[in-house]
Amino acid sequence: MYIIVVGGGKVGYYLAKELVEDGHEVLVIEKDGAKCERIADELGDIVLRGDGCEASTMEMAGYGRADMVIAVTGGDEDNLVTCQVAKVKFNVPRTVARINNPKNEEIFKRLGIDTTVSATAAILAQIEQELPTHPLIRLLTMKGSGLEIVEVKVPPNSTVVGKRIRDLLLPQQSLIALIIDEEGVPRVPSGDTVIQVGDRVVAVTRTETEDALRTVLVGPVAYGPISAPSP
Amino acid sequence: MKVVIMGCGRVGASLAAMLDQEGHDVTVLDINADAFRRLPPEFKGKRQVGNGIDQDVLARIGVGEADAFVVVTQGDNRNVMAAQMAKHLFGVPRVVCRIYDPIREEIYHGLGLETISPTLVGARLLKEALEKEPLARRPAPAGSEG
Repeated sequence: MYIIVVGGGKVGYYLAKELVEDGHEVLVIEKDGAKCERIADELGDIVLRGDGCEASTMEMAGYGRADMVIAVTGGDEDNLVTCQVAKVKFNVPRTVARINNPKNEEIFKRLGIDTTVSATAAILAQIEQELPTHPLIRLLTMKGSGLEIVEVKVPPNSTVVGKRIRDLLLPQQSLIALIIDEEGVPRVPSGDTVIQVGDRVVAVTRTETEDALRTVLVGPVAYGPISAPSP
Repeated sequence: MKVVIMGCGRVGASLAAMLDQEGHDVTVLDINADAFRRLPPEFKGKRQVGNGIDQDVLARIGVGEADAFVVVTQGDNRNVMAAQMAKHLFGVPRVVCRIYDPIREEIYHGLGLETISPTLVGARLLKEALEKEPLARRPAPAGSEG
């Protein structure tokens, strides 16, 4: 594949390196001369000095035959425009934008960017998974569907302890997919499965009913989740 | 009319002053508080400091209730992004966006943004000024040959 990477900072550099090692044809576009030199020294003649959203640079870089454009500069606005222009003017089939503000994910999607990657969101999600006391952990957001997979550890004071799943009043379109007991044994639950203290409940839910699901399983909490962005 | 102007440079400040004078409810946003010195002392509108490509900032300064949004910062890409956020996230009915680069201006105009490229407008005005009288070679200085 011919892949154009816009932005030759740390992310762009390591990305280009990996892509070259995977056998792709890669071109890095970078404004800064010193960064260009460093990339050329390390990775060879795969760098073009210029502005990735300037039409003349784009012509020279051959956007017209690119299979993918990945914009990884430090500026969300530059990554957005790079991808939009690549799509609209050069019909690039796949565009990927790095976003720094996780809240930009939605608007980028709406404006036609195929994929967004947010380091901030990834780190937030990691923190969320590693906070042991957290009542609800978001494991996975299923992009585009509005659904997510969450994990809830049932605390001793929860009102659902000792109840059968069929007797729980779960929010609409929330379902319990898996229960992992205190010994770490996973079980696919049925309606008759009884919730025990310390069970880790893995559930599918809609983003907007996440709070309601948590309230059912652990009771209301004074603090909200550290939230990763929703699609 | 409630108008939000993003970017308090010379153009932003002049436009803000004009609209304020005409009695509109004007809010000016700039990332740098120092920029508000360009507003005339009698300006009655609101001055807000913040980054206009952060949707939290746009929400805070009331873009959700604005009738019009004009974006005139120095960065084309910033302008394009803020304009699209105002239009698509906040549903502002009138959004006008300055884009210096004529090629980007054409692209975003094609995508339905109301855009102005001062580069093209400026060049056209300068050309018209030049051509007010027919362009002719200056007469050869006295004494020179052919």
